[in-house]
Amino acid sequence: MKIYYKLVAILLLFFLISLTFDFPVTGDLTSPANLNVSPYYLENSVKQTHIPNVVTTVLADYRGFDTLFETSVILTAGIALILILFKSKRQKYSFSNLPRTTKGTDLVCQNSCKLAMPLMQLFALYVIAHGHYSPGGGFQGGVILAASFIFYAISFGVPNALNRFFKNKRQMLAYLGVLIYAGVGALCVILKKKFLEYVALKDILRVSDEMAHSYGVLFVEIGVALTISIIMFACYVFLATGNSFDDENL
Amino acid sequence: MLEFIILLILVIFAFLSLNVKNLFTASIILGAYSFLTCVLLSKMLAVDVAFTEACVGSGVSTVLMVATLCKVGFKTKD
Repeated sequence: MKIYYKLVAILLLFFLISLTFDFPVTGDLTSPANLNVSPYYLENSVKQTHIPNVVTTVLADYRGFDTLFETSVILTAGIALILILFKSKRQKYSFSNLPRTTKGTDLVCQNSCKLAMPLMQLFALYVIAHGHYSPGGGFQGGVILAASFIFYAISFGVPNALNRFFKNKRQMLAYLGVLIYAGVGALCVILKKKFLEYVALKDILRVSDEMAHSYGVLFVEIGVALTISIIMFACYVFLATGNSFDDENL
Repeated sequence: MLEFIILLILVIFAFLSLNVKNLFTASIILGAYSFLTCVLLSKMLAVDVAFTEACVGSGVSTVLMVATLCKVGFKTKD
């Protein structure tokens, strides 16, 4: 029986490889991707928004709706994962009152974590704030921030990490992230422009049209980064502990 | 030429990750797969996508897979 699966997989592989010959050549100027909106973005994005990184402009400005709902999808997926893995009856501790333990952790891990974590978080903040000029942005910066939390959780144990970062229901910042994004959009509506049309912000911020776009993108990136970092860390916590926090494996 | 070599290694890694018995090895191979994809994307000058792939694909998703394996066990049955 197993040989048939492999046969089907190999046939599918050759079918997919045969499809790739229809693709346009890399950098082909007459391919559909290079004909419709791409030239407009490339020519006008720097003039209209003063953001040198065109990818950031397309993601957060021209296609702001896309990123807004991407963020909502990630928030929803994180909530769904937590709802599947969370069983409150077996739960021994609430989030805000976890015991501080050092069981099952290593001194070398802890000290290297203490050295590396500030640098990771600084780099994450740099990636979020500098997404206008270099590769990066909300998603990548949020993931790096979450990676630093996960690093702490690995070396000090999940209860300590939760105690340190998510006291006082600080995990609610995930909702705040989406709220910032949608709030910036709603603010533009209140100021008599279209949803996510950042030009409306120029009166509040007292800057030019282009810089209003730039600041709007920055606010949006911060919202995305908040949501992503907390959802990613929550995914790690619930996948690694599966709701029993005093586990030996950690 | 470099792209061709990387694509070849990608196929080998994909095959290996399906065939190894230890699931920990499989997830580490998938992390390496993602990192090679990242190299390929940066070779195509898609730096933003490559950066995302490096953070999400080979960074956090590998950690999440290993974290899940800590819970469900490292051995596969078939």
